[in-house]
Amino acid sequence: MTESVVTDHTKQETISADQNRVELCEKNPAEDFLRMDRIPHIWCPGCGIGTSVNAFVRALIEAKVDRSKLCVVSGIGCSGRVSGYLNVDAFHTTHGRAIPFATGLKLANPELTVVVYSGDGDLSAIGGNHLVHAARRNIDIKVVCVNNFIYSMTGGQAAPTTPMGTIASTAPYGFCEYALNLPHFVEACGATYIARWTTFHVRQLQKSMQESFAKKGFTFIEVIAPCPTLYGRRNQYRQGVDEMKMFKEVSRREKDIETRDAEIKPGEKIVIGKFVDRERETWLESMQHHYKEVLGDAYYPYTGAMI
Amino acid sequence: MKADEKAVNTGIHFMDGDSACCEGAIAAGCRFVAGYPITPSTEVVELIAQRFPKIGGIFIQMEDEIASSIAISGASWAGAKAMTVTSGPGFSLMMEHIGYAVMTETPCVFVNVQRGGPSTGLPTLPGQQDIMQCRWGSHGDYEVIALSPNSPQECFDLTIQCFNLAEKYRVPVFLMMDECVGHMSERVVIPPADEIEIEPRHYTEQAPGEFSPYNDMEGLVPRTTKAGDGHNILVTGLTHDDRGYPDMSANTHQVLVDRLIKKIRHSADDIIILEEDDVDGADIVVVSYGISSRVATRGVRMAREKGLRVGMLRLVTVWPFPENRIRELADRIEAFVVVEMNQGQIMREVQRCSEGRAQVAGVLNYGGAIHPPEEIYQTIAGVSS
Repeated sequence: MTESVVTDHTKQETISADQNRVELCEKNPAEDFLRMDRIPHIWCPGCGIGTSVNAFVRALIEAKVDRSKLCVVSGIGCSGRVSGYLNVDAFHTTHGRAIPFATGLKLANPELTVVVYSGDGDLSAIGGNHLVHAARRNIDIKVVCVNNFIYSMTGGQAAPTTPMGTIASTAPYGFCEYALNLPHFVEACGATYIARWTTFHVRQLQKSMQESFAKKGFTFIEVIAPCPTLYGRRNQYRQGVDEMKMFKEVSRREKDIETRDAEIKPGEKIVIGKFVDRERETWLESMQHHYKEVLGDAYYPYTGAMI
Repeated sequence: MKADEKAVNTGIHFMDGDSACCEGAIAAGCRFVAGYPITPSTEVVELIAQRFPKIGGIFIQMEDEIASSIAISGASWAGAKAMTVTSGPGFSLMMEHIGYAVMTETPCVFVNVQRGGPSTGLPTLPGQQDIMQCRWGSHGDYEVIALSPNSPQECFDLTIQCFNLAEKYRVPVFLMMDECVGHMSERVVIPPADEIEIEPRHYTEQAPGEFSPYNDMEGLVPRTTKAGDGHNILVTGLTHDDRGYPDMSANTHQVLVDRLIKKIRHSADDIIILEEDDVDGADIVVVSYGISSRVATRGVRMAREKGLRVGMLRLVTVWPFPENRIRELADRIEAFVVVEMNQGQIMREVQRCSEGRAQVAGVLNYGGAIHPPEEIYQTIAGVSS
């Protein structure tokens, strides 16, 4: 067991429990973006959510996102806790409803950069209807979907993303539904940017996140992440690292990949990479252009909240 | 502050209640509406969709009522005055976000043009059966504010009042209309903008780093901020401390929920609006609200013509319930007669507060039609004998 003592703003001392070993290391640049007074976090050892957050924060730094205008919105679940650890304007909403909350936030103040950071069950099951329509409308929000294949916060129940045949607490003999192919689904709905990486591919993940900040419209990044506690141990990956090894072995990045080939089946390849990068008018742009055209001078553009 | 002159539709109009509600929202400064079509409320958002592009508002028709009811919380945290509009079945879908707005202290307005239920029930006919649902429908203990207009004019006036109360108390506020009031057309006077008083949002003056969403108190109501103002706020529906940080302990929960309830209960006198007619000399007091109060007035008149001493107490504010006034009256009158289009949702409140000291009778139906005034008169005559 180790404990950390912050000594100054740039260095921290890591002291092992037996006090014999003292190391000095540079401060993790992610710290500036975290509510360090809320650490330790609730995520289990080996969980992939923290890895995704690390990539996310580094992407924020590299993309020079204006932090004061950045909002992170989450739903409920382990991934839903991400917003609460980020030291930005953070909104932990209700189960499945991060996207419509973010829709209200973005439309009422278009200057904000609005990120929805949540889990597969939250966004694609209970929140599936909102995912469809925010992508269809091309609301300018950046969605990061951590897919760990199950509902982890509640104990490892099957989700729409659980690969067919794998074990979940509510599928003790194996899950017998087809898993939702998220990239394919959001492509059909109209997302402008779609990528999938695993937590083994942190550099690529970070790069995709950076790209998504520069992208206008509804973007969707799926992050395949290990959950050793509730998915892995029931499915032959006892440690987080075992699932990471699997990601390393079966992930395939191929030329001209299409989302239709991105379905995840146990024992088969996981297709990774950037699938879609296209331009569409956002909801706000389309509304403004249309009203200018049909209403002319009678149109009074929304200029943000003025109270 | 005063209403925006460019937006207010000043003048004397012949207007239905749904349209008057829309004009009230605009006058109150509402510039974000998320809704989903449902009879008999749809005319409100249809007019919003027509008016907003010309006054700088955002209307979005969401994919369902669940989305509408949380989109307004998002918009509110971006600094907008925000509203959603629905009727019974849609209202049922919105329950979770009443609780979310209560817990996160998000000012917003829910309009419910009530129809007969349960379930799909009577889409085109009136009801008052959601009165308890707006009070208790979301899980957990909480207090909200609900107003009930009985005319298109009041649909205008009380919509403004709803927005003002939402800002003052950082709470979701309900305009509990009904199909009759929504669809009836009457004279509606919309005053000049400079005669319309608007409650602005109460923003903190604390610097970033000092402020959190629940530590800068004005009595029991914390001052707020909006997204993008540099305060790095954390807003959560989890039980939280005054920094907004999740803290799931019984003690923190007690302190938080206690304040959420007290901020409304302790201000009940400031919030509650009652309309009384000859209550002080009465033996019997008729209690009613919304469209039912219009016919109740007729029933009261019939009883007075027969020489009965009957007063009328109209609940303009339904929640918080005017407990003290009912208690006072129960000590000195013989009976209450409660007129409402449900099976006694407010009648039971009157019974609770009168604690057996006065008789309580109801003129109740299942929704679908307003009461014949004769029925009300007969109940009054029955309790008086």
